[in-house]
Amino acid sequence: MRRYAYAIPYWLWIGLFVVAPIILIIYYSFFDIEGHFSLVNYETFFTPVYLRMTVNSFWYAFLITACSLLIAYPTAYLLTKTKHKQLWLLLIILPTWVNLLLKAYAFLGLFGTYGAVNALFEAIGIGTKQLLFTDFSFVFVSVYIFIPFMILPIFNALEKLNPSLIDAARDLGASEWTTFRRVIFPLTLDGVKAGCQAVFIPSLSLFMLTRLIAGNRVITLGTAVEQHFLVTQNWGMGATIAVFLMIAMASIMALTGNKKWGVRQ
Amino acid sequence: MDDRVIIRFNHVTKQYDNDLPVLDDVSFEMERGKFYTLLGPSGCGKTTILRLIAGFIEPTKGDIYFHGKRMNNVPANKRQVNTVFQDYALFPHLNVFENVAFGLRIKKIGKEDIERKVKEALRFVNLEGYEQRAIHEMSGGQRQRVAIARAIVNEPDVLLLDEPLSALDLKLRTEMQYELRELQRRLGITFIFVTHDQEEALAMSDEIFVLNKGKIEQRGTPKDIYDEPVNRFVADFIGESNIITGTMIDDFVVEFANQQFACIDRGFAKNERVDIVIRPEDLELTTVERGKLRVRVDSVLFRGVHYELCCYDTYGNEWLVHSTKKADIGEEIGLHFEPEAIHVMKRSGGE
Repeated sequence: MRRYAYAIPYWLWIGLFVVAPIILIIYYSFFDIEGHFSLVNYETFFTPVYLRMTVNSFWYAFLITACSLLIAYPTAYLLTKTKHKQLWLLLIILPTWVNLLLKAYAFLGLFGTYGAVNALFEAIGIGTKQLLFTDFSFVFVSVYIFIPFMILPIFNALEKLNPSLIDAARDLGASEWTTFRRVIFPLTLDGVKAGCQAVFIPSLSLFMLTRLIAGNRVITLGTAVEQHFLVTQNWGMGATIAVFLMIAMASIMALTGNKKWGVRQ
Repeated sequence: MDDRVIIRFNHVTKQYDNDLPVLDDVSFEMERGKFYTLLGPSGCGKTTILRLIAGFIEPTKGDIYFHGKRMNNVPANKRQVNTVFQDYALFPHLNVFENVAFGLRIKKIGKEDIERKVKEALRFVNLEGYEQRAIHEMSGGQRQRVAIARAIVNEPDVLLLDEPLSALDLKLRTEMQYELRELQRRLGITFIFVTHDQEEALAMSDEIFVLNKGKIEQRGTPKDIYDEPVNRFVADFIGESNIITGTMIDDFVVEFANQQFACIDRGFAKNERVDIVIRPEDLELTTVERGKLRVRVDSVLFRGVHYELCCYDTYGNEWLVHSTKKADIGEEIGLHFEPEAIHVMKRSGGE
């Protein structure tokens, strides 16, 4: 009996903060703006406006994930080779302790017309460029924010990799690149998947950066949810979009779920 | 140069940073088609030699030659050498077939050839029919065989084995010793086997290198090494032995335990202090009157094939005796031995 008693806080937490909100979201999604029960929200979701928004969200989430991965993998690889890897890792994790909003504001300052970056551009003769409120700055800042979440799992996977497997591949005639392609990468794929999940899923519903950095030029599902709840007060539609976001996230989790190779020697 | 020589180390030193060298000015030659064992305690440099041959590390000083060609800077993937790793290092994401085929695929060999060679290699190690198994479904002994198949399928000139039997249980280990020896005979290639287990070394090798602290203490056939250890370290490391100090009175006469004995060694200075080795199985239990040495039994252990008696003589020397006869603790007994049983060694350095 005692054991069940210890589990109570856990179940209470899950019930109140995980299960109940999901049920509430699903419940709200069946009410139109006047508060009548209907499926109109689901119909609306399948109109071109929302479908384009969905495609947009996926496209930007994909871009952010791909850029993060391209930068994170080599970084994590180099990290495992450095002498003070724990220190370097700490430096990479450090920015995640700073509030997202603060970092966004910092970039507003850096990328602004009179910001540090444009001052540099002026100095080297490129001239002032419109940096803020572009797709580029949106992806750039998002990648900056998400990259530690990509580096960490990949770093861990690389650290867990048995170094004699690399020796073995070299011994069997594999060049460094072949060793990477046929041994190192496949064996760290779990870390890559975990990193992609950790970046792709939150990127799908990004909303604050879309306004602050992209100046509402990038409209994703996250932005739409925010707008429906706070501006148009159409909670039903907001909830419906949230339902689709949850479905998308769940399917991504299922698709990238870990396939285990069994016990490592 | 002798064209049977396949590997030559010329004053090779390996040192990390400013630590003591792991390998200290080592020179040797190895011939093709022989079974070599590098034997020594952990940290003696045996694995370093293996990694130098494999090309995972480069020597700090000195040169390594394969077939008379200097190989210092040739990377591991360009050497005609394959390794069986201590932890087997099988690729967990590939099945048995793909593990064995790994090296062949890199060489861009045709599909049918790969199929045929992998099958052949697996048959060689008695693993036919296991092609599609995942590595984690294989037992320790089977993994061992996969690792060997993966190495020999590339038809290397030299096969390096880094303590490959240490993870197996005793029975399997003995079995694999026979199999490895047999495999080496059938393949006819050079095996270089690293171990800290002297029994393994004695049972399998054509030639043994006994290493200690980055230097080769002695090289020779198992019989040489066992019967004529050059110094206390080798005698102590190879098998159990009684090592005591004595004096070489003259050629063929040695004194220890306050008595003079006939022996078969000569060439020492008169009255030179020497180390004496007598193997426990060369000591024979007898009555006090007939024994050359008179000792008191301190403890008796039953070892299955024989009793192990720990005895002390009146001068405090410990004598380990392996005998099929039993003696009681506290009993006074005599020990008999032949002159050939006495091995005389210089106190330091070579014989």
